[in-house]
Amino acid sequence: MSQQTSNATNPQAKSKALNPWEHDDLALRPPVNIFEDTNGIILESDIPGVSRENLTIQVDKGRLLVEGKTHIDIPQNLEPLYADIRSNRYQFSFALSNELDTGKIQANLKDGVLELRIPKRVELQPRKIEVQVS
Amino acid sequence: MFGSLTNFEGGLFDDFRRMHKELDHAFGYMNWPTAIRSVARGSFPPINVGATPEQVDVYLFAAGLDPKTLDISIQQNLLTIAGTRQITTQDQVVYYRNERFSGEFRRVISLPDDVDSNKVDAKYRDGILHITIRRQEASQPRRIEIK
Repeated sequence: MSQQTSNATNPQAKSKALNPWEHDDLALRPPVNIFEDTNGIILESDIPGVSRENLTIQVDKGRLLVEGKTHIDIPQNLEPLYADIRSNRYQFSFALSNELDTGKIQANLKDGVLELRIPKRVELQPRKIEVQVS
Repeated sequence: MFGSLTNFEGGLFDDFRRMHKELDHAFGYMNWPTAIRSVARGSFPPINVGATPEQVDVYLFAAGLDPKTLDISIQQNLLTIAGTRQITTQDQVVYYRNERFSGEFRRVISLPDDVDSNKVDAKYRDGILHITIRRQEASQPRRIEIK
């Protein structure tokens, strides 16, 4: 009876106790690949369970912040047996250097894989200089 | 002469490592039996397993897979999921981080004994593979009426 009352006052309490992967107080840092080509930096990250609506990408004072919340259909009375993933939140942050054009970041999310393309400023991209023969 | 780059001998991290070892020793970590089919934490893909009285739910956090290439099989109460996630690394670029798993994977999960291996359902959405295995009818809780 006392248990029922505590659940009624705090509906989160039950799901938190039962589902370790419903915790949102500690965000996971997902695996990322970062590489650079002549046009800019490409960042890929695995954030399974995050749909487009639950993903936010922000750039503030040269700091890139990506946050995503997973939405998984879990039966009401599920009793967890095993959990590798113990959070419903992903987060990572990187400092961007000045030569990157933060206004032109392209993001693409497919099957839980996020791809960010951060181009270099046009004036800083390598140019090929033709040698004029007179 | 040259130590490992990450091994800060004598520093704060060394103290933490020593404390970790002492705790492991004190609590007998090395002697704990783990399940024979268990894999190390950090294996790809991460898995969550949960159960209800009617079914067992297995979630694989496997982003960027082609569901057609997955091989899911069930034998008695052993569920096996095998597949490949090949990440094509590009030439002529500089890699700063390469943390995403690439290659073949296989995970075996021991399910409760009363699952019905004929009633398995698998869905792939937003990079999560959700497998539902129904329990056998006979083992599901029944309400018994008093006559």
